[in-house]
Amino acid sequence: MGQHDYVISFIFASVLAGVPLLFGTLGEIITEKAGHLNLGVEGMMYMGAICGFVAGYHTQSPFLLLLCSFLGGAAGALVYAFLTVTLFANQNVTGLALTIFGAGFANYIGEALIMKAPNRAAVLSDNITRFFGGIYIPVLSDMPVLGRLVFQYNIFVYFGVLLAILGGIYLNRTRRGLNLRAVGENTAAADAAGIRVVLYKYIHIVTGGGICGLGGAYIAVVICGGTWTNNCVNGLGWIAVALVIFAGWSPYRTILGSFVFGSLDVLRFYIPKDVINIPTAFFAMVPFAVTAAVIVITSIRKSAVNAQPRCIGINYFREER
Amino acid sequence: MGGIKKHKRKEPLIRIAKREGLSKPKTVALKVCATVLALVAGGLFIAAQGHNPFSVYFFMVKGALGTKMSFQETVKVAIPLLISSLGITLAFRMRFWNIGAEGQIIVGAIAASYFALYKNTMPHAVLMSVMALAAIVAGGIWAGIPAFFKSRFGTNETLLTLMFNYIAQYMIQYLREGPWKDPNALGFLQIARFSDNARLGSVLGIQAGWIVALLLTVAVYIYINFTKSGYELRVVGESENTARYAGMNVKRIMMRTMFISGAVCGLAGMLQASGTDRTLTDTVAGGVGFTAIIVAWLANLSAPMILVVTALFSILEKGISFIQSRFMISSAAAAVLQGIILFFVLGFEFFTRYRLVLRREAR
Amino acid sequence: MKKAEYAIRLKEITKSFGNVVANNKINLFAKQGEILALLGENGSGKTTLMNMLSGIYRPDSGSIFIYGEEVYITSPRDSFELGIGMIHQHFKLVDVLSARDNILLGTKRKEGRGTSSLSRGIEDICTRFGFEIDLNKKVHNMSVSEKQTVEILKVLYRGAKILILDEPTAVLTPQETEKLFGILRRMKEEGCAIIIITHKLNEVLEISDRVTVLRKGESVADVVTSETDAISLTSLMVGRPVELSINRPEPAGNESLLEVYHLTVIDDEGKKAIDNISFSLNAGEILGVAGVAGSGQKELCEAIAGLHGVEKGAILYKLENIVGKTPDEIIKMGISMSFIPEDRLGMGLVASMGIVDNLLLKSYRSKKGLFIDRKPPAELAKRLVKKLDIVASDFDSPVSRLSGGNVQKVLLGREIESKPNVLVTAYPVRGLDINSSYTIYDLLNEQKQKGVGILFIGEDLDVLLELCDRIMVLYDGRITGIVDAKSATKDEIGLLMTGSKLEAGA
Repeated sequence: MGQHDYVISFIFASVLAGVPLLFGTLGEIITEKAGHLNLGVEGMMYMGAICGFVAGYHTQSPFLLLLCSFLGGAAGALVYAFLTVTLFANQNVTGLALTIFGAGFANYIGEALIMKAPNRAAVLSDNITRFFGGIYIPVLSDMPVLGRLVFQYNIFVYFGVLLAILGGIYLNRTRRGLNLRAVGENTAAADAAGIRVVLYKYIHIVTGGGICGLGGAYIAVVICGGTWTNNCVNGLGWIAVALVIFAGWSPYRTILGSFVFGSLDVLRFYIPKDVINIPTAFFAMVPFAVTAAVIVITSIRKSAVNAQPRCIGINYFREER
Repeated sequence: MGGIKKHKRKEPLIRIAKREGLSKPKTVALKVCATVLALVAGGLFIAAQGHNPFSVYFFMVKGALGTKMSFQETVKVAIPLLISSLGITLAFRMRFWNIGAEGQIIVGAIAASYFALYKNTMPHAVLMSVMALAAIVAGGIWAGIPAFFKSRFGTNETLLTLMFNYIAQYMIQYLREGPWKDPNALGFLQIARFSDNARLGSVLGIQAGWIVALLLTVAVYIYINFTKSGYELRVVGESENTARYAGMNVKRIMMRTMFISGAVCGLAGMLQASGTDRTLTDTVAGGVGFTAIIVAWLANLSAPMILVVTALFSILEKGISFIQSRFMISSAAAAVLQGIILFFVLGFEFFTRYRLVLRREAR
Repeated sequence: MKKAEYAIRLKEITKSFGNVVANNKINLFAKQGEILALLGENGSGKTTLMNMLSGIYRPDSGSIFIYGEEVYITSPRDSFELGIGMIHQHFKLVDVLSARDNILLGTKRKEGRGTSSLSRGIEDICTRFGFEIDLNKKVHNMSVSEKQTVEILKVLYRGAKILILDEPTAVLTPQETEKLFGILRRMKEEGCAIIIITHKLNEVLEISDRVTVLRKGESVADVVTSETDAISLTSLMVGRPVELSINRPEPAGNESLLEVYHLTVIDDEGKKAIDNISFSLNAGEILGVAGVAGSGQKELCEAIAGLHGVEKGAILYKLENIVGKTPDEIIKMGISMSFIPEDRLGMGLVASMGIVDNLLLKSYRSKKGLFIDRKPPAELAKRLVKKLDIVASDFDSPVSRLSGGNVQKVLLGREIESKPNVLVTAYPVRGLDINSSYTIYDLLNEQKQKGVGILFIGEDLDVLLELCDRIMVLYDGRITGIVDAKSATKDEIGLLMTGSKLEAGA
C-alpha cells in the first residue's frame, strides 16, 4: 500500500466510523436546543439498533429497517419527553434510566433473536447489507482520490451529512428554528411570546431521538456487519453527548467533529505494529480519553459557556413563581 | 376584533397545579405504588414474551431468598450495590452528578489487586487493611480528578466521570492481556486468582463485606446529617452562591466530597474482588455503578432508604439470574425491569410536587 | 365593538397557590381608551391577577370577559389572540437574540426575516409612538429602558389593544418614566385599554383615569382618580391610615468605618462593572446607593463582602485593606460585616433547609470538632421569631415556604445577631408589604443608632430620600454624585442616575 492510498484509506475508514457519532450528536443537538439534556443517547441508539435490526431481519426491507430504527429511538425519546416535559422529572436521571433501559432492552431482544437463530447468529440478509454497502456512481466513483474520498461511501454517510446541513439551515435560517432556539435559551420568554413550548419540546426531543436511533441502526448494520452483537453501541452514545459540546451546538461543525472522532476509533488499524507497539486496550481507550480531554479543554477555554442553550436541564412549569 | 371570534377554545379537562410538599409517609406510599405499577408493566413485558409473569416473579423471589445459600448469594450481590449507592449519594447530595461509580469501583479493585497479587506476603490483617486503603485512595483520586476540573473550570462532571468509566474498564483489559496476565492460565487472557491470604474471610457464611456495608450505611447517614462537612456539602448542593456567601470554600468542599464518594465506591471494588470474585475480572463492577444511581435516586438520597431499595434490587438481580435458564430469559431483563421501575418512580415524583385539577363544573 | 362597554371585565376571580389564597373573588374592569391603575401593596395579588389575563396562570374560579364575551385563556398565545399584551416586571426576552428577533418571536407573519417590508412594520410602530431603538442590537447589550421598549414593541407588533404593564417604572429614572407615560397617553388616545400595576401613589395620580385597589388578594375599592388623593388611597391600600414618613435618627457618629479607594471591578463578562470609585462609610450612618438596575450595585456589594474579585483599588475596613481576602478570611479576621444579598433564597439562605439550619450557616464553624450543634441556633430561632414576628409553622420546614417578608426577617435577623459593624444590604424590602418594610427600616435604624455603618442599595427613590443620611448615585459603574439626603430632590437624583455628573461632589 502506497503512502497515498494509506492516507486515503484512513480517511475513508474514519468517515465510516464517525457516522454513528454524526447521527447521535445531531439528534442530541436538536434535543438540547429545546432546552433538554437527554443523557439517553446511548439507550436510544440501542433501541434504534435493535428495532431496525428486527425489522430488517424479518422483512428484508432496508426501508422498514430505517423506519423502525427511527421509531425505536423516537419511542425512547418519547418516554423521556413525557417524563421530563410533562411530568417535570429530573433530566439527568431520566436520561440515565433511558440508557439503562435501552441497553437492557436491546440485549434482551437481541439475546432472544440469537437463541432462535440458526447457528446462534442472527444475520441480516445479503440484499440489506448490500443496500447499505458503498455506492457506485459510474465515472464519479472511479475518479482517482476524489472518487474514493467522496463517492464511494454508503448511503448513511450522505444522508447524515445532508441531515446536518439541513439541521443547520433549520436552526439558523428558519422561523421555526428561531422559535426553537428561543425555547432553549429562555423558555419563559418563548412561552410569553406565544410559542407552543410543550409542542416544540416534544417534537424536537422525539425527532432527535429518532435521529439517534438511525445512528444505532448504522452500528448494527454497517459496523457490526449485519450480525446482531450484544452491547454493540459500547459508549458511542456517550461520546456523541460529549461531541455536542465539542461542536459548539453547531450541526455543521458536527460533521467534522464526528469524522475526527471516527478516526480515533480506527486508529488501531492504521498504526503499524512494528512502528509503535501499543496494546489493543489502549487503542480502545483512546476515543474515551480524547473525549475526556476535549471536555476538560473546552471547559477551560470557556468556549462552551456561550454556545450552550441557557435553559438546558431546567424543566419549565409555567406557573412556577 | 378579529381575534375574538376565532377564540372559541373550551377550557381543557385537566390542568396542573403546584402543591406544597407532601408528607413523608405519602411520598413513600407513592414510591411503593410506582414500584408496584412498574412490576405490573414489567409483567406485561414478560407476558408479551410468552411467559407467565406470576410464575416468573415467584421463581425470582424463590431464587433469591428460597434457600440459605441463595440468600447468602443475594447478600453478596447487595454488598457492592449498597456501598456504591452510599458513595454516589454523597456526591448527589451536593448535586454533583457522579456517574463514575463504575470506574471508581474498578480502580479500587485494581489498586487492591496489585497488593493481592504481588505484595501478598504480609500478615492477613495487614494485607486486608493495605488493600482497603489502596482501594480507597485509588477510588478517591479517580473521582477527585473530575471534581478538580469541575470546581476549577466548571467542567461537565456527568460526561467526564462517564468517560473515566470506560478508561478504567479498558485498564483492566490492558492488565489482563499484558502485565498481569496469569502465566499459568494456558494462554487464556486472565488474571490469576488471589492467594488465600488475599481473600476476605466470611462471617456467617457471607464475605465480611456485609458488615462494612452496614457500618457505612450508618456512617454516611451521620456524616450527611450531623457533621460540619455534611452540612457544607448540603449547602453547596443547594446553592453554590449561598455557600460562597457563608464563607465556605466551595472548591475544597467539592473535592473533599467527591474524594470520599469515590473512596467509598473504590472500597466496594476491593470487597468485590477480594471477597466475592477472588480475582480481578472485567466484570468486577458489572454495571453496579449504574444500578447504584437508580438505587440512590429511588431512596431519595437517604442512607436508611438505600438499604431497603438495595435489598429489593438485589433480589431482582439475583432472581433474574436464577430464572435465566428456567425461562430462557436473558439476564438483560434485569436492566429492563430496573429501567421500567425508574421510569415509573420518576413519573410518580410528579405527584409529590404537583396535583391535577379537573375542569370546573359548568355554572 | 360598540356594544361592549368594557374591554376587560373580571368577575369573581379566585386563585390560590397551595394554601395561600392570592386572589379572592376579585372584580375588575377596564374600558377602551382608559388607563386603569391597579394599586396594592407587594403581595396583594396584583401580578397574579394580571398573569391570569396574560395566560401564565389559570384562575381556580371566576370568569373573564373580553369585549363582553366570556373567554378561557389557557396560554400566552390565547392571550395574544385576544389582543392582550402584558409587559412583565421581569422582562421575558431572549438575551442572545436581537431586538427584531425578539419582536418576531412566535408570530405567524409570513415575511422573511430582515426583509424591508417587515422592518417597516416594526418601524412604523416606532415612528408612530416615538420609540428610538436599534432593532439589530442584541438584548444583552441593552439598558433596562431599552429592554422595556422592546417589550412594548413586541406587544404592539402583535396588535394588542389591551396593555398590561407590571411595575413598569420600578427600573426607570424619573425622566425615563415621563417618556413612558407620554407613550402610554398616546396609546390611550388610539383607543387602547391600559392597566398599569404599581404601588407608587404619585404615579397613580399622574397617569391613571381610574384606580382599582387590591388588599390581601381582594378588590377593596374602585375610584376615579380625579376624585381621590394620596392619603385616602394609602389607607385603602393598607387598610388603615398610615404615617407615610420613615424615621431618620441623627447619625450616631462620624468615625469612618469603611473607605473605598479607586475601586475597579470587572464583571463576569469582562466589562468594568465598577469603574474607579471612591467613597467612605461612617459609623452610625446609612449611606444609600441609587442607580438604575445594573449600574454596578451587585458587584460593589460582592466586592465589599469578598465574594467578587477586585481589579484595582482598596477597601479599607478600620484602615486595614480587605481586598483579596475570601469571605471566610474576612470573618476570621474578626471583621463583623454582614451582607444581605439581593437574591435572598439564591444566596443568603438555603431554600430547602429550615430556619434552624439556615441560622447555622454563618456560625457552624465557630464550634470545635467534627459535628454541628443545632441547639444554639434553635434557641436563636425561637428568639428571632418572637422579636421580629416571624410567622413560621415550625423551624425545620423549608424557608422557601415562608412569605417574602418572613424570609427577609430571618436573613436580617441572622446578620444582625452576629453584631456587625458594617451592614451591606441590597434591596431589603423588595417584594415586602408596607408593614414588613417598616419593620425592616426600624431594624436598620436600630443598628444605625448602635453605631453600625450601613450601605443601603435601594430602588425606590422616595425611600432612599427618607431613610438615608447620604445618597451615592451610581451610573455605569461610576459615581455621578454623593448628595445629602435631607436636601436633595428626586429630580436631582434622577438626573444623576442618567449619568449627568454633579459639578462638585459632596
